[in-house]
Amino acid sequence: MATIKLSANKLDELKAVCKSFNNEKGELINVLHKAQGIFGYLPAEVQEVIAKELNISVAHVYGVVTFYSFFTMLPKGEFPISICLGTACYVRGAEKVIDEFKRLLHVNVGETTPDGKFSVACLRCVGACGLAPVVLVGDKVYGRVSPEGVKDIVAEYAK
Amino acid sequence: MSKYKMHVLVCGGTGCHASESDQLLEDLKTIVTEKGLDSEVQVIATGCFGFCEKGPIVKIMPDNTFYTQVTPADAREIVDEHLIKGRKINRLLYVDPENQEHIADSKHMGFYKKQLRIALRNCGFIDPENIDEYISRDGYEALAKCLTEMTPQQVIDEMKKSGLRGRGGGGFSTGLKWEITSKSVSDVKYVVCNADEGDPGAFMDRSILEGDPHSVIEAMAICGYCIGSSIGLVYIRAEYPLAIDRLKTAIAQAREYGLLGNNVLDTGFSFDLELRYGAGAFVCGEETALIHSMEGLRGEPTVKPPFPSVSGYYGKPTNVNNVETFANVPVIINKGADWFASIGSENSKGTKVFALAGKINNVGLIEVPMGTTLREVIYEIGGGIKDGKKFKAVQTGGPSGGCLTEKHLDSPIDYDNLIAAGSMMGSGGMIVMDEDDCMVSIAKFYLDFTVEESCGKCAPCRIGNKRLYEILDKLTQGKGTREDIDSLRNLSYVIKDTALCGLGQTSPNPVLSTIENFWDEYLEHVDEKKCRSGQCKALLQYIIEPENCVGCTACARNCPVNAISGERKGVHIIDQATCIKCGACLEKCKFNAVFIK
Ligand SMILES: Cc1cc2nc3c(=O)[nH]c(=O)nc-3n(C[C@H](O)[C@H](O)[C@H](O)COP(=O)(O)O)c2cc1C
Ligand code: SF4
Ligand code: SF4
Ligand code: SF4
Ligand code: FES
Ligand code: FES
Repeated sequence: MATIKLSANKLDELKAVCKSFNNEKGELINVLHKAQGIFGYLPAEVQEVIAKELNISVAHVYGVVTFYSFFTMLPKGEFPISICLGTACYVRGAEKVIDEFKRLLHVNVGETTPDGKFSVACLRCVGACGLAPVVLVGDKVYGRVSPEGVKDIVAEYAK
Repeated sequence: MSKYKMHVLVCGGTGCHASESDQLLEDLKTIVTEKGLDSEVQVIATGCFGFCEKGPIVKIMPDNTFYTQVTPADAREIVDEHLIKGRKINRLLYVDPENQEHIADSKHMGFYKKQLRIALRNCGFIDPENIDEYISRDGYEALAKCLTEMTPQQVIDEMKKSGLRGRGGGGFSTGLKWEITSKSVSDVKYVVCNADEGDPGAFMDRSILEGDPHSVIEAMAICGYCIGSSIGLVYIRAEYPLAIDRLKTAIAQAREYGLLGNNVLDTGFSFDLELRYGAGAFVCGEETALIHSMEGLRGEPTVKPPFPSVSGYYGKPTNVNNVETFANVPVIINKGADWFASIGSENSKGTKVFALAGKINNVGLIEVPMGTTLREVIYEIGGGIKDGKKFKAVQTGGPSGGCLTEKHLDSPIDYDNLIAAGSMMGSGGMIVMDEDDCMVSIAKFYLDFTVEESCGKCAPCRIGNKRLYEILDKLTQGKGTREDIDSLRNLSYVIKDTALCGLGQTSPNPVLSTIENFWDEYLEHVDEKKCRSGQCKALLQYIIEPENCVGCTACARNCPVNAISGERKGVHIIDQATCIKCGACLEKCKFNAVFIK
């Protein structure tokens, strides 16, 4: 992975986070949550800093980051699109909605458009099953999304 | 609640929140204040009412008016017409699908009639961010009673007598678990609330935490008193931001009121709570994996015994219970074990909350006495199948459960009956499927989930489930054979017998139950290469009806793989071996000659 320079500000913030958890290795997951909040994702550099601060191996941090689907080592798009693939959304046609996003944006699930605008991911049940199929763009929830409705959602952000 | 004459309850659950109920709440508050009604009318956000299908919901008390699909644009009319002039707004009332009548009082809605709300008793009634509202509905009375009038063993005996069993899936006696943990000798013990809720398509626990967080806090303190613990941990999914916020608010308020912290209610008992965040791994719902995750490790399960009650978080005795299990506890203490044990069936007492979803009219959160039949749930509460389609199956138990059919509709729902029928209670996901759903694809959907979520620690689960998935995929591609179905079965039994944790031990259930109950459909996929629901795209056939074809050649010109042949003005035909099912011919034919079989 290319080395990304972490800004000194954010680096201090990250160290402060580790400190707020007393640099305890048992708090690793809490630290990672906060770190992802700061950087948006968890590149190798961030993991190295955390490993050093908590006095554990980088391999340990990496093992934890890759185990949990909530943590990502790739930056998300400016507008991250998440399509719910919980059972309720699946039986109400979520797969066709995913296909349509893939077709319109020319990306696969887990990828980001070359201009960095959209990333497409799946998640499992956001708790709004009454509105299935459900799509999230950032924090905004779209309910009862049909394949035909996908282009309108994309258009809202494509400007 | 008494100083106000009227209460406007706006649903602040996740479903309604997603349809602008927060804006609606703000608008209602503003208009009420603007009209000078704020001393008489209280406007609050509550937890989920359960009727998410028709959200956002607004309920007006004391007259029980239940408005559905309310938008911010309706706020002014609600204030002007209903609150000021006392006239109900007809167009916002729920319409009974049976007779098209507008139902003004929620008590008369089919959705609520058969329900009995114990765990959800406060959801949709109180403002979850205001501890006083919880207290006004007997909140923290059970804790006070336990601390001042009962010994820990008396509380444990009461729990045992109530017959309450774990609602997280296992169904273990809660009282017994508390007793075992109380007898484990240690300087430090922990109470853990499992709020990981990994079943995709289920939102019971989340709704309880969002709608009534104090009931869980109170129960955890009671559990702490019984087992001799002063620290509680709630393991909650990071994907549940609203529930996390409400829980944090509730914990802060409980501390302020002296209900958490040192010397609770001046009784010398100390208990406090911390939150731990999950990070999106289904297996972390399994209690040993959950404990490892709380320790900052990869959430991999370990072999039981030792059970957490003996050796759990950092090797200390740890009592793990599910959110809904806890939510039942305060009521049992207040109303008594006998009352609780009088509800439900022989070996399953009380009620169960289900997240009812899928092809059903009333998607939502429901709570029914154990022993209610699936038919009552699906047709009376759920309002039947969507768009008048035909019922095909209902899936319970999530990725660990199975699909039940028509013939199971009249069996009462409880732990034992569901297992006898080849499924399980699970944590409460209930997904209804209709004739358009392909059961082979459903099995594949669950296996896809399991493969993604397997922690990889043991081979039967890591490799076996992958293999099951591949065979199912082959079937949906029309490349399966009868031997494949046999391998599915055999492999399923091997995985069940040899996997290390509950995830692997139950993951073949969706496969086995669909083979058992939908044998014809499996056979059709392999023998006739046919999918009756039309879900398996690879098995569709595009066919030209000679009667209708005028030979305009539009289809042939647009077919990307030249699968269509025919003379101009002559009947065209599709070569099935070449066709890639792109659908272009269907779209281009202006004479309705192309159809799908
Ligand atoms: C793969 C797997 C996932 C589980 N997921 C959950 C869950 O999401 N929530 C839950 O409360 N229990 C879950 N359980 C059950 C827990 O291991 C445990 O039995 C339960 O939390 C105990 O609480 P209870 O006795 O109150 O049900 C899961 C078990 C397995 C094997
Ligand atoms: S059964 Fe699956 S989830 Fe459980 S320990 Fe084995 S690999 Fe991990
Ligand atoms: S487009 Fe329709 S009518 Fe024309 S040739 Fe094809 S099938 Fe026949
Ligand atoms: S479905 Fe597509 S590939 Fe098949 S015949 Fe029609 S146009 Fe050709
Ligand atoms: S399954 Fe998609 S919101 Fe629940
Ligand atoms: S979220 Fe509003 S009724 Fe369920």
